[in-house]
Amino acid sequence: MTDTYTRAVNTGLTKTLAVKLGLPRPALLRRYKPGAPLTVGPVLVVGDTASTSGADAAAAALLGWGVPVLRHVETLADGERLGGIVLVLTETARPADVSATVLAISPALKRLAPNGRVVTISRAPVGDDSPEAASVRYGVDGFLRSLAKELRAGATGNGIVLSEGAAVGNPSTLAALRFFLSAKSAYVDGQTLTVAPVDGAGSDGSAPSPERPLEGKVAVVTGAARGIGAAIAKTLARDGATVVCVDVPGAGEALSRTANAVRGTALQLDVTAPDAGARILEHATTRHGGLDIVVHNAGITRDKLLANMDAGRWDSVVAVNLEAPLRINETLLAASERGEVRGLRIVTLASTSGIAGNRGQTNYAFTKAGVMGNTAATARLLAATGGTANAVAPGFIETEMTRHIPFVTRQVARRLSSLLQGGEPVDVAEAIAFLASPGAVGITGQTLRVCGQNLVGR
Amino acid sequence: MPSRTPSSTTKRETDTQRETDAALRDAVIVGGNRIPFSRAGKKYRDASNQEMLTAALDGLVARFGLQGERLGEVAAGAVLKHSRDFNLVRECVLGSALSPQTPAYDVQQACATGLEAAIAVTNKIKLGQIDSGIAGGTDTVSDAPIAVSEGLRRVLLEVSHARTAQARLKALSRLRPADLKPLTPATDEPRTGLSMGEHQAITTARWGVSRQAQDELAFASHQNLARAWDQGFFEDLVTPFRGLTRDDNMRPDTSLDKLATLKPAFGRSLPEPTMTAGNSTPLTDGASAVLFATREWATEHHLPVLARFVDAETAAVDFVHGHEGLLMAGAHAIPRLLARNSLTLADFDFYEIHEAFAATVLTTMAALEDDEYCRTELGLDGALGTFDRNRLNVNGSSLAAGHPFAATGGRILATTAKLVAARAAETGKTARALISVCAAGGLAATAIIESA
Repeated sequence: MTDTYTRAVNTGLTKTLAVKLGLPRPALLRRYKPGAPLTVGPVLVVGDTASTSGADAAAAALLGWGVPVLRHVETLADGERLGGIVLVLTETARPADVSATVLAISPALKRLAPNGRVVTISRAPVGDDSPEAASVRYGVDGFLRSLAKELRAGATGNGIVLSEGAAVGNPSTLAALRFFLSAKSAYVDGQTLTVAPVDGAGSDGSAPSPERPLEGKVAVVTGAARGIGAAIAKTLARDGATVVCVDVPGAGEALSRTANAVRGTALQLDVTAPDAGARILEHATTRHGGLDIVVHNAGITRDKLLANMDAGRWDSVVAVNLEAPLRINETLLAASERGEVRGLRIVTLASTSGIAGNRGQTNYAFTKAGVMGNTAATARLLAATGGTANAVAPGFIETEMTRHIPFVTRQVARRLSSLLQGGEPVDVAEAIAFLASPGAVGITGQTLRVCGQNLVGR
Repeated sequence: MPSRTPSSTTKRETDTQRETDAALRDAVIVGGNRIPFSRAGKKYRDASNQEMLTAALDGLVARFGLQGERLGEVAAGAVLKHSRDFNLVRECVLGSALSPQTPAYDVQQACATGLEAAIAVTNKIKLGQIDSGIAGGTDTVSDAPIAVSEGLRRVLLEVSHARTAQARLKALSRLRPADLKPLTPATDEPRTGLSMGEHQAITTARWGVSRQAQDELAFASHQNLARAWDQGFFEDLVTPFRGLTRDDNMRPDTSLDKLATLKPAFGRSLPEPTMTAGNSTPLTDGASAVLFATREWATEHHLPVLARFVDAETAAVDFVHGHEGLLMAGAHAIPRLLARNSLTLADFDFYEIHEAFAATVLTTMAALEDDEYCRTELGLDGALGTFDRNRLNVNGSSLAAGHPFAATGGRILATTAKLVAARAAETGKTARALISVCAAGGLAATAIIESA
């Protein structure tokens, strides 16, 4: 539910007042609805001369998705607005070569529709880059983050960074492009995703429908009884997955409701149990014939200033948020090595608290930073069996947990992002569903923030 | 009149029996779900039978992924029922996540309701009429139906039948102040006027069951149930409801000393009353449901099979005129059940005897272990056998969990199925359990469950 202030400044008399007084006006964000167009208008695709083939590949993909494409902003009809702008700077060699392209989109920005999208595609810096190449590659990042802070009316800016060997036309690059252009990334802003070259796309070759990319997949979501976990279960089910909803027996009532709503199964289980991984694997394989996706969402907070912290508060948070996923992953990795599961997608919930720290959350931040830290290591171990491991770091999300933050602190926390509002549980869920999708097989070891470009950290 | 002894059953009848059995399909238990049981007037005081049974059903559906599934049938019941709940179980099915094309009906046999519903469902499965079904029960004492007095009821009926204002006034004039007092449901036996506790007290005295023995049984029930909860035994058998996550009648920290301090609650007019609130079940609210199916249905749905519902026997005793105790029908059913299946008491790994009162369990066991009783009352050659106390209600029973009348059968069936499955997995051999549930009206239902 959009917060009251955002609703007020976008409707009726309060809107007029807010405009006159110059009050900050968070936009009403456009979120994904099945059957709706991918973008709110045509997409402008530009690139520097060196990156032309990349730009062409992007344009071709967009046309294949049914999105109208322009290569020059002048061709935009009067009164029409752009749904998105894609800047391809993958082969740009020198800083001077960037200016023509970015200046070309300058008039386009004025024609960008509310909830429009800007996506940059560039290359990741590598160890033996020349200083000039390195300047461009790092420079695009700074450019993107600043541009994202200039965008208005719910428009977002994000970047795709290609690892060595990856190309614009790779399935994973295009999958990321589609995600960033769509309404599914409504609360992702100022972020980058790195795409690695993966041969064979890791799937059986059949392309899942864009409406149900997880058709035939079996997913396990921990902490699925309520809040973000329930939203994840519902979103994965909407995308076609069979969802095993896991939560502690004490939350069984709500867990039952979630499981029935998504037509999955309810598995009452404490993730900190030593055999949790084995039980999850057994349930998924015997009841549903396999395991494709695991979302480690179960997590707790036990906030206390470190000066007043006790063992119970510290140990319980570490046990649930960090040790349980690690132990479960060990079991799943062993199963992957034995060939019992293939192409496993693991997504773990982190938090911007783990990036920037938060007063009273030394324990929580330890675990969430730990999650982000172990993601790359876990990804390396999964790569051999075609799997990926990623993390999603939510910023301020409207949930039961944040509803208990004192009013003023909450209002302020909401506005500390480019989008000037808190996100919804479904925003986190969409990011996870994307990372778990077959198309995202080239995205691994990453932490994607879903924070509306929160001011803290990067 | 002595019942037929096993030796008088002809060999041909037994052979025919076995042939018929071989032609029947197996009815297996896939699993069960109940809500935690709550003492009357506490967490569930605002919950209706319909809400509780629907919750038990939905938890079962969620556990086994049966959303939108058309089952063969759902049979369940409630002992204390509102007249508006005439189609209670069907309404629960319609309010659940099961396909609305699942038939349902209500069953009532006092406390044996749950088990009797299970017999009905498994019989249909064995006969090939259905492939899957749920049996269960629910009861609330907190949300008890309240009726108007007989006097007021007759007057209201006359008023509704009357054609003229004058006739109506005449009917109303027959109303007396005493008629305005509502009728709360009574659990006394209609023909004797005695409560179940009072009836049991007579039986307890006849068998000389000590206060000590009853308290020990009650203590064991609480300890065993608490241990089972702590070990996570109920993780896949119970779904919380209205914020309650465990049976709230359970007292893990009770002691024999504490139980010894309680004053007698029943049989107070008898010389040495021994039955207290501690060794009797309290009034409780709750609901349970058990999923039965054929093996093939379970395999098709990728669901586990815990146990096989082998056979069942019901019995009734003449407690009104005869000298038999109200709650002794289990002692009559068990020998017949065992004889038909060529089993002895020693062939069972578990005995699950519903703890209506601690004394009920003790008198039932004492009777079946008594040579003279078995010969004269049951027509057997001698004592049926002995009960190994270590196999009795090993994970606690009604004294600790509480006893929402119609929900107890489902609770016992699900627990027992899981117990035999675990035992068989451990030992590699078939495990077997005997269930006995007594009921008001001098009734009892018994069953044999075997690991699948």
